[in-house]
Amino acid sequence: MSLPSLTFLVFAALTLLVFWLTPDRWRWVVLLIASLLFYGAGDWWYLPFVAVTVLTTWLMARWMGQRAARDEADLNARRADMSREERKAFKAAGKRVRRRMLILGLVINFGLLAVLKYTGFAVQTVNGITSLFHAAPLTVPSLILPLGISFYTFRSTAYLIDVYRGKATPQGNLARYALFITYFPAVVQGPISRYNDLAPALFGPHRLNWGDMSAGSVRVLWGYFKKVVVADTAMIAVRAIVANAGQLRGIYTVILILVYSAVIYGDFTGGMDISIGLSRMMGIRLTENFCYPFSSVSTQEYWNRWHITMGAWFTDYVFYPLSVSGPMQKLSKWGRAHLGRAVGMRLPVYLATLLTWFLTGLWHGAAWNFIVWGLLNGVIILISNECKPLYSRFHTRFPRLASRRWYTDLCAVRTFLLMGLVRSLDCYRDVPVTFRAWVSMLWDFGSWADLTNGAVIRNLGLSPAVWVMLGLSVLMIFAVCRADKAAQTAGRAPLAERLSEHPVRWAMVCGGLVLVVLLFGSYGIGFDASDFIYGQV
Amino acid sequence: MKKKCIRALCILLTLCILIGALWAAGRVLWPKYLTASPEGSLTAEYYADVAEVSHDVLFVGDCEVYESFIPAVLWEQYGISSYVRGSAQQLVWQSYYLLEDALRYETPQVVVFNVLALKYGEPQSEAYNRMTLDGMAWSQTKVNAIRASVTEEESFLSYLLPVLRFHSRWDELTAEDWRYAFGAKPTISDSGYLMQTGIQPADSEGDDALHETLTDPSLPASALSWLDRMADLCEEKGIALVLVKSPTNSWRYWWYDEWDQQIRDYAAERGLAYYNLIPDGEAMGLDWSQDTYDGGIHLNVTGAEKLSVWFGRILSQELHVPDRRAEEPYAQVWDGRVSDFYDRWASLAGSGKS
Repeated sequence: MSLPSLTFLVFAALTLLVFWLTPDRWRWVVLLIASLLFYGAGDWWYLPFVAVTVLTTWLMARWMGQRAARDEADLNARRADMSREERKAFKAAGKRVRRRMLILGLVINFGLLAVLKYTGFAVQTVNGITSLFHAAPLTVPSLILPLGISFYTFRSTAYLIDVYRGKATPQGNLARYALFITYFPAVVQGPISRYNDLAPALFGPHRLNWGDMSAGSVRVLWGYFKKVVVADTAMIAVRAIVANAGQLRGIYTVILILVYSAVIYGDFTGGMDISIGLSRMMGIRLTENFCYPFSSVSTQEYWNRWHITMGAWFTDYVFYPLSVSGPMQKLSKWGRAHLGRAVGMRLPVYLATLLTWFLTGLWHGAAWNFIVWGLLNGVIILISNECKPLYSRFHTRFPRLASRRWYTDLCAVRTFLLMGLVRSLDCYRDVPVTFRAWVSMLWDFGSWADLTNGAVIRNLGLSPAVWVMLGLSVLMIFAVCRADKAAQTAGRAPLAERLSEHPVRWAMVCGGLVLVVLLFGSYGIGFDASDFIYGQV
Repeated sequence: MKKKCIRALCILLTLCILIGALWAAGRVLWPKYLTASPEGSLTAEYYADVAEVSHDVLFVGDCEVYESFIPAVLWEQYGISSYVRGSAQQLVWQSYYLLEDALRYETPQVVVFNVLALKYGEPQSEAYNRMTLDGMAWSQTKVNAIRASVTEEESFLSYLLPVLRFHSRWDELTAEDWRYAFGAKPTISDSGYLMQTGIQPADSEGDDALHETLTDPSLPASALSWLDRMADLCEEKGIALVLVKSPTNSWRYWWYDEWDQQIRDYAAERGLAYYNLIPDGEAMGLDWSQDTYDGGIHLNVTGAEKLSVWFGRILSQELHVPDRRAEEPYAQVWDGRVSDFYDRWASLAGSGKS
């Protein structure tokens, strides 16, 4: 059941109705049933896989919690009889057992993800290598890939690690925990909410109020506008360019970078708006996942604003543990001794950064383009870090520059273009083709006249009127983002929230959005409207 | 309380305005089927026609009926009041429902069904579904027709709210779309006959390149079951169901001996009349170098005129359809229609349009 489909709209409306008609203490059950139906609607065979994840992580977390509680009780009972060393050894023994449980849980779940998502890619890579030696290729297995497996695996493992670290209390009720993992607005494309953030919202008291309903409904419709009017329409042009990638000149790569930015922004943030808005209508606040990413003045800032929960997951559960791990500390020590203090200090951070971005790329997709995309992001961030002293000197020399609007806008445009360029790897889905497209911008750009005389526009499958509509829609999104960001800076609520105070304006906005989506959206026969791109992760 | 009332009122008003706006948008965006694909107008034109005069003969079927039988000629030659409820690639269950729909307005004496559509047992094309079904007046019959016809990619809702289907036409709207959005459209057919005046001679008898290979010699059972339902309906209403196969330039031109035999057996079993008009082409005077506008697949107006004269005799003499030329309410209406038919012929021939 795709989020932009009519079936989903009917499903969501019915769920909303039943949710509010059910007594508060049973509402989570309504959500669980709805989530399982939603998940099963994709393919009933997905359910056993998510069940394995739910069951194993719940059991491991429960055992870890019980073990920790028992250890704590034993320790308290025998505290007087134990020396400090004994207490320490007792604690360490308990931690070792819990760590084994954690590792078992992680191995099962990451193993499942690895087998289902990456086996095909691994076999293809092996075949690529063995073909150099004219060896017979292995059969690429066609395995089932449960919907949103990357998301629910991350959510469940984060919970497991948090329980191990003592940051989360294990959930005693398996059904409640199943809801946390499968909660339908977030299961396919995130956000990757932490248990401590989402659980209180899911199981806590829910009160029907106008503010949540109005802000949530505007958010949902705004999401549909971004997805169906902007992303899916712009995707037609992107597909036209990608389909003829080998024959097109550099100017098309520039257009692709710009248009694909609209696609991916509309798709990701649109999907998130629908998830967050729908949850809000049920009184459930989800973590924000995008925060004006295209206003970022640096790559690092961009990644703090783009897919925030994914970035936080990698930071908390990969980067930091890796940076401070024993082998990394040894490496740092070795580096300081043999390569100097500066290099030695950087070694673990750099290696952890590259490894984290490698995994980020791999998480996005089982293909080399995603891996190269991830590594490039890592390299850019490291280069930016290295250039920080240079920027510092520059800003010391021109102290007032950083506060100038035109300068920050320029930096934002630079970041936008750089990220757009790297992002095109995701679009072409083929590393050599992408690199050739990049080179074509330098050596075979074509003529701007092609753009002004309409030749380029005509080749991309959209009529001039649709281009104008697309341009106006992007401008509208830009204007709303700018206004919301200014409101955020000034400590005011965003537009969608403020509309609840003015029912007439709210009604006009909702009606207008429905009309615009229905009239100008790319849906129905004749359109190959793609599902949300993150839903394919 | 006051706040709640205001909110409820806002929601209600917005819904009303939205529904109105979507209806209006749907009217504008709906293809008018005048300049392009005029076949799409045929289904809707029936209602204005039957409001003026009832029909003794009703033709149902695909392009082979609306390009072959001319009600104006049937009237002029035999005094037969008839109407062609044909549409492009009209499937047998659509013929059934169009007949059921027509029976809400009148009860003809004879229903003529062209059997070519029996080759299809499954919904075929969204575009043809639209051209056949969109023009039907809303009733349970239309609901059933849609349910029976929708392809996998279609939804019932898009028939209820055409804006969901035709929204993408917003960037290709023409003056025609605005002009006829809310007002009446000009009639493009002559009692369901869609005139073609062009000539494109058939190159040879039964162009092999166009000849489909028959992989399954039997007609789909589902199609025959719908024909059964049509026969039952006619029997129930005391209507004579007549099966025909319109002529093409070759016996084997998309029609096969095996299929023909099945129809013969079926007609014999159900006691129905079946006229395969393909072999009669020469006798009725069809000249395939002059009487077709698309190389022998369909007849043009001269060919249709010859066929109508030929088939009118069958209707009149063998099926005893009454001559109503002396009956005033009929004569007045039909004389006007005959005159309109020849005016249109002269106009199309003069303008060089086909």
